[in-house]
Amino acid sequence: MALMMIRGLLWIAPGTPAAMYWFWALQDALGPNPVEALLRALGEWSLIGLCLTLSVSPVVKILRKPKWMLWRRRLGLWTFAYVLQHLAVYVVFEMPGFTLVVNDVLQRPFIAVGFVSALILAALAVTSYQRARIHMGPQRWQRLHQGVYVAAALAMLHFYWMRTGKNDFTDVWLFGLWLAALLLWRVVRARG
Amino acid sequence: MSLLPKPSEITPPAVYAQRRLWLQSMAAGGAGAALTAWGQRSAFAAMPPVVRPGVLAPLPAQRSDVAGALVTDPLTPYRDVSTYNNFYEFGTRKEDPAKHAHRMPTRPWTVQVDGLVHKPQTFDIEDLMRLSPMQERIYRMRCVEGWSMVIPWLGYSLSALVSAVQPMGSAKYVEFYTLANPEVMPGLRSRVLQWPYVEGLRLDEATHPLTLLSFGLYGEVLPNANGAPVRLVVPWKYGFKSGKSIVRIRFVEQQPRTSWNVSAPHEYGFFSNVNPKVAHPRWSQASERRIGQGGLTTRRQPTLMFNGYAEQVAHLYAGMDLKRFY
Repeated sequence: MALMMIRGLLWIAPGTPAAMYWFWALQDALGPNPVEALLRALGEWSLIGLCLTLSVSPVVKILRKPKWMLWRRRLGLWTFAYVLQHLAVYVVFEMPGFTLVVNDVLQRPFIAVGFVSALILAALAVTSYQRARIHMGPQRWQRLHQGVYVAAALAMLHFYWMRTGKNDFTDVWLFGLWLAALLLWRVVRARG
Repeated sequence: MSLLPKPSEITPPAVYAQRRLWLQSMAAGGAGAALTAWGQRSAFAAMPPVVRPGVLAPLPAQRSDVAGALVTDPLTPYRDVSTYNNFYEFGTRKEDPAKHAHRMPTRPWTVQVDGLVHKPQTFDIEDLMRLSPMQERIYRMRCVEGWSMVIPWLGYSLSALVSAVQPMGSAKYVEFYTLANPEVMPGLRSRVLQWPYVEGLRLDEATHPLTLLSFGLYGEVLPNANGAPVRLVVPWKYGFKSGKSIVRIRFVEQQPRTSWNVSAPHEYGFFSNVNPKVAHPRWSQASERRIGQGGLTTRRQPTLMFNGYAEQVAHLYAGMDLKRFY
């Protein structure tokens, strides 16, 4: 019973940051510009989620903990949940209305890049369960899910482009190095 | 009991002047127009006084009678005004100025006024504050990033200072220099902009009555984060045109090389008038988010031409292609 409780808590733990931000939003405790604060927090947590998801398999292989592999899908789905919330805040609160969104995307191409990244992640999320994998065949499924790197690259471009306004790239470097290290690890392993 | 009137019983000079104006225009036969003006005047009179937050030293002032100087939009709360803004000398994040600016000493402080003027001089801040009577003005402030505020500033028209130093005929522009002290300004380590921060106006913009030399807001002296002890406020231009913590004002013949214009010339022009029809290369300027107006569900509002000051300032740009001179 206690074990199940712990398992359950572990399952929902990755939702904590989002829950906190929504709670603060309801309390109007997100500062002078709540929409901006919520949008940015959910965006940054989406990137953190993406990096964590992609870190699962290297960690499993380096530490030899095959059971932890379960966390890859779990964190991947959580990441997509963050992306969806990020998108929802943008569409519902920042630019409510189809024409507003279209005009904004035309003006700010970095938003279109974010949309494409989210679309790829959606394709991965809907094919993440076991039956889809069997139905598609492991090779095709694998190839589709390697698309996560394309999604990550686009997400980074989206983030970098947004930050050019402030010339402040500290976080961009941080996420960029994390993702580059993961990619390098995979390339080296595939060759070796 | 004293026979002298109490200060509260004295008609403020601004109100007195407006009554004179009303009588004059009635005499001139413009009764309809005068009644409109009278209606606006009573609307201002009915505006509740700005409540001091009680954070900094009070700075007494009279409500301004300059045309367009008192907008009736609801004020942005003091907390938002003083904790959410850009002042890159203290860092590029909106919370950085409030976090770091308290280390900046604002006394002693002098403002050097020189260049093409007959009477160049260096003002002590106390003398500068006494140069002309303090007025309270409620201006919209539109940031180029797409957010806006409504702020009750204290100060006087920059034109008072301009006439005190007597510009030469050759002076066509005015440059404003912000303090650049690396000991108290961590942002100076970043190369986002050239330091010191330089802004500039055409002389006719600088002498427009709405162009404010500001020493305070919300009935008190300026918070450091907002550009203490003295800053510029040009309400019809994007916020970055209004230099903060000014140490030098220089009159020149050539158009100044302003910091943002040097850093990204295709994005930030010299004029930078608020204009919903001229987009920033990377985003639209058609709408803005008003800070301090409700929470998540508050929608963006349309941006007004010249930030709503077209009636007062449009003539300055008559015949100019505002897409070219952005």
